[in-house]
Amino acid sequence: MSRPWRSVLYAVLIIAALYYLLPLYVMLSTSLKTMDEIRAGNLLSLPGAISFDAWRKAWGTACTGIECSGLSGYFWNSVRMVIPAVLISTALGALNGYVLSKWRFRGSELAFAMLLFGLYIPFQVLLLPMAQTLGWFGLARSMFGLVFVHVVCGIAGTTLFFRNFYVGIPDELIKAARLDGAGFWRIFVRIVLPMSLPILMVTLIWQFTQIWNDFLFGLVFSSGESQPITVGLNNLANTSTSVKEYNVNMAAALIAALPTIAVYVLAGKYFVRGLSAGAVKG
Amino acid sequence: MSAISRPAHYGFAEHWLPRLVLAPSFLLVLVFLYGFIAWNGALSFTASRLLPNYEWVGLAQYEALFASERWWVAVHNLFIFGVLFIGGAMVVGIVLAILLDQKVRAEGTLRTIYLYPLALSFIVTGTAWGWMLNPGLGLEKLMHDWGYAGFSFDWLVNPDRSIYTIVIAGIWQSSGFVMALFLAGLRGIDDSIIKAAQIDGAGLPRIYWRIVLPAMRPVFFSTLMILTHIAIKSFDLVMALTGGGPGFSSDLPATFMYQMAFTRGQMGLGAASAMMMLLTVSAIVVPYLYSELRRSRHV
Repeated sequence: MSRPWRSVLYAVLIIAALYYLLPLYVMLSTSLKTMDEIRAGNLLSLPGAISFDAWRKAWGTACTGIECSGLSGYFWNSVRMVIPAVLISTALGALNGYVLSKWRFRGSELAFAMLLFGLYIPFQVLLLPMAQTLGWFGLARSMFGLVFVHVVCGIAGTTLFFRNFYVGIPDELIKAARLDGAGFWRIFVRIVLPMSLPILMVTLIWQFTQIWNDFLFGLVFSSGESQPITVGLNNLANTSTSVKEYNVNMAAALIAALPTIAVYVLAGKYFVRGLSAGAVKG
Repeated sequence: MSAISRPAHYGFAEHWLPRLVLAPSFLLVLVFLYGFIAWNGALSFTASRLLPNYEWVGLAQYEALFASERWWVAVHNLFIFGVLFIGGAMVVGIVLAILLDQKVRAEGTLRTIYLYPLALSFIVTGTAWGWMLNPGLGLEKLMHDWGYAGFSFDWLVNPDRSIYTIVIAGIWQSSGFVMALFLAGLRGIDDSIIKAAQIDGAGLPRIYWRIVLPAMRPVFFSTLMILTHIAIKSFDLVMALTGGGPGFSSDLPATFMYQMAFTRGQMGLGAASAMMMLLTVSAIVVPYLYSELRRSRHV
């Protein structure tokens, strides 16, 4: 390619990069300004004196509806929700994937097809029955109920990840182990699991992002003691009746985004693989 | 289609174990996905309002749904949002993927920047864009400071324009995802085909248009499926950015369903709208999954 064309190419790529970075810059700079500075300056102006007051307020004292204790409670709720939900859905996915790729039986293909369609179901059709059922079992608005919903809705995805990965493990390996007398569990623990690290990372990261970012289930199936960070952020940003404090809102948005951004920066490679694995079905 | 031939000592435990291991997940999915779909379907034929009530009313809820102006606004919005969001994210993503494929320096950094919005929740995305697009302090003030005194940008609070702000934020969030999938696809294409075409004197645009992009059809279809799925179930972004407003001008079916079922005590109507969403998704996804599963069986 000729030199002028390459300059155009880089110009377009850099402009695109600025477009993607703009909201992050605006969130960060706004969160470090005082409200006076926000009114005096504009979106792109740098903060004059850096102030962490908005961050402190977003974390500890900002009002989300009638409560005025910031996002910290919501944040820890999300942590308490995401850890068991991710671990359980991933463990089930690994077992299912192992069965569906290496121990197929009559009807297992049908089971797989049913799971696969589960990936595409708009969760709106589950909301009303789920709310009723959780109510019957006394789990409505509890952390346990929320974890349960995430596990049920996560199984399809995690199973698909592991199944597609395990299909790539040669059947001869399994056969040889069986001739040596190894059984179902022994093969899983000794041969399959040690090879699973890459797909395990993909699934853990993917599930973490999905569940941390969920809003719908958090909104419908939780209240007060169990609401996740996305619900807290939405309450803070959208239901305050007084003057909007954009610096606090932006600090709150960044607090809600930090864990997934951290994961993305530290393990972006696995995140991208999760995308592709999730996109290429079947 | 058993992948493993059965050795002589194929025992009772080995025969039942796989079924037993799969059973809990299968039961969960059977009851909580498929069972609940049926239950929701049943609710949509009842007079349920604030509480479920199993008085059968036939298609009355669907008739009410189709007579509701608000529902048609939501459907109309989904159409506008769907076409612009899917089209926009596709075009931006494919163009960026092709440009990044030109042996660019700092490709890794650029890719990371394009893709990070996908790690953020729609609630964060909506909050950030809500601040930037807000009339008064956001983009409008920036343009005024830059000397464009007459610039006005009130889409967020303009009932005729509010749905487009959701398109803007949606494309920002998801186009990097299209870029990542297409870039992976482009890397899978054999370089020698491109070299051969170049020797035949074909220019780069022509090579991409005639050879490379047609070879990416599977990537194109799976991306389309996922974006369509995101569009139909879009809920968070609307709630965070406009809350469905002004009025109900930026409602989508997903927000309509939530409002009816959980805040306005119209459970039957909400259930009916959820069924319509399911039918729409199924009409698109079932043929796709069917062909995918058939294909993987033949490979």
